[in-house]
Amino acid sequence: MSNTPVDEMSFEAAMAELEKVVGQLERGDVALEESIALYERGAALKKRCEAKLNEAQEKVAAITLDADGQPTGTTPVDPQ
Amino acid sequence: MSDLIDDPRPGQNLPEYTVSEVSGAVKKTLEDQFGRIRVRGEVGRVFTARSGHLYYDVKDDRNVLACTTWKGQVSSLSVVPEEGLEVVVTGRMTAFGGQSKYNLNVDEVTVAGEGALMAMLEKRKKALAAEGLFDPARKKPLPYLPDIIGVITSPSGAVIRDILHRLRDRFPRKVLIWPVAVQGANCAPEVARAIEGFNALTPGGGLPRPDLLIVARGGGSIEDLWGFNEEIVARAAAASEIPLISAVGHETDTTLIDFVSDQRAPTPTAAAEMAVPVRLELLAWVGDSEARMARAMSQRMDARRQRLRDLSRALPRPDSLLSGPVQRLDVWGERLPLALVRSVEKRRGRLIEAGASLRPGLLRRALEERQRGLKATSLRLSPSLMRLVDQKREALARRADRLSVQPILRDLRGKRERLDALSQRLSTAGQAQVKDWRTRLDGLDRLRETLGYKETLKRGYAVVRGDGAVVTNTKAAKAATSLEIEFSDGRLTVGAASAKSGGKPKSSPPEQGSLF
Repeated sequence: MSNTPVDEMSFEAAMAELEKVVGQLERGDVALEESIALYERGAALKKRCEAKLNEAQEKVAAITLDADGQPTGTTPVDPQ
Repeated sequence: MSDLIDDPRPGQNLPEYTVSEVSGAVKKTLEDQFGRIRVRGEVGRVFTARSGHLYYDVKDDRNVLACTTWKGQVSSLSVVPEEGLEVVVTGRMTAFGGQSKYNLNVDEVTVAGEGALMAMLEKRKKALAAEGLFDPARKKPLPYLPDIIGVITSPSGAVIRDILHRLRDRFPRKVLIWPVAVQGANCAPEVARAIEGFNALTPGGGLPRPDLLIVARGGGSIEDLWGFNEEIVARAAAASEIPLISAVGHETDTTLIDFVSDQRAPTPTAAAEMAVPVRLELLAWVGDSEARMARAMSQRMDARRQRLRDLSRALPRPDSLLSGPVQRLDVWGERLPLALVRSVEKRRGRLIEAGASLRPGLLRRALEERQRGLKATSLRLSPSLMRLVDQKREALARRADRLSVQPILRDLRGKRERLDALSQRLSTAGQAQVKDWRTRLDGLDRLRETLGYKETLKRGYAVVRGDGAVVTNTKAAKAATSLEIEFSDGRLTVGAASAKSGGKPKSSPPEQGSLF
């Protein structure tokens, strides 16, 4: 088990650890108490993954450029 | 043509132009005569003026044609002329009176023959490869799930639409589009600037920096795609710190940027697929993980529960475990008070037994016995002591006897006797000696008497002395004041008062002299 707080993990890191936790639990070679801790960690990781997946939000903008080609801001783009 | 009406002057029958007139006429003639033409040749030196106009030469082995492309026309060129490139330029002939020059105003450049173009591309590729820009070790991994995706492409057209649609299908994300020209002379500088511009943004800023870039363009001719073969684009893509996917043209088109990008996508749609995972699949995976976790957990729990049940069945009942010991405890518990009483009695009996022999009379008797013994011993003690004292005293007396004065006195007496004897002998010896010596002295005295002058005196001789001394001759007698004559019966002084010289010296010396 890594010590990184789950709330600070990237989706990828949370996913990788969740996979590891599931594997460990399925192999069943951990002590009961440890398996409970693992399960709790896994539940937190799963929550984190779900949250990151639910953050999926489409937002498209085009950068506006000035005469010298420097970005000045954005304009929303309708992706249709 | 007024000169035709004017009076002709000698030598002036030829038409006369002003410089501007002839320049204008030449320009007009050129433009009218040639119209829009295509010219094939090799690009010579190229010069971009500060104004943005492009000046270059197109030449063959003998002649040179000056070409210009105005700033406004540059962006519509599909190929930017480049020195050494074999091109076909299209435009209008015109003249520039200011320098007495004619030139071709080019509005379109195409590469004359792909061979030449590909040869140039190969040359660039080799140069960049030699610099290590294509090194697989330089390629960065794409983020698994980027938050913001920067897309560098034309804001209009099918490409961006395809990308956005595919992103939405898979995993809707934030997308920042950096609009660029995807063909023409502006394409390369704009794409390069867009790559650099995205890298220059700060993460989380007002314009947030993307964590993935897609450079995309739809299919087209090699000239259309040529901007992505430009070195500045390749260098900008290689320098990008943000992972970059290139998706230029169709699958069969390979441009220079594809060699330096971190990942090459065959189409813009494929680029979107590389950029994000499928959200629903991930959701399913997460759900599946949860289920697997729960299943594993419950299986393990069941297994443990079963094991516990099995073990507890094998475990004997607590009361059956305890019944034996409890029984033994009861037995011993009952026997304990009895055993205690018996033990006490036994000990009391032994105490009594032992105490019986401990009567006071017995003690007293023993005491008396010891007293008697003591007394006897003490009785024996005193005589033996006295005896010892006597013995010692006798021994002392013996010694003291040996120490009496008698022997000393005896010794003294002896010694005194010997002293007396010796004194006696000494006295006797001394008296004898003295008597002897007196006898000898008497003898000697008698001898002396006989030998002395006194005896002689008896026989008639006298001794004359003058002034005390014996006078032996007349001379002395005469000198003497008085003379004393000694006779055998006494002395007689001659010439007592007057003559000291008397007769004594006169007479005595011849007597004496004759005597001796």
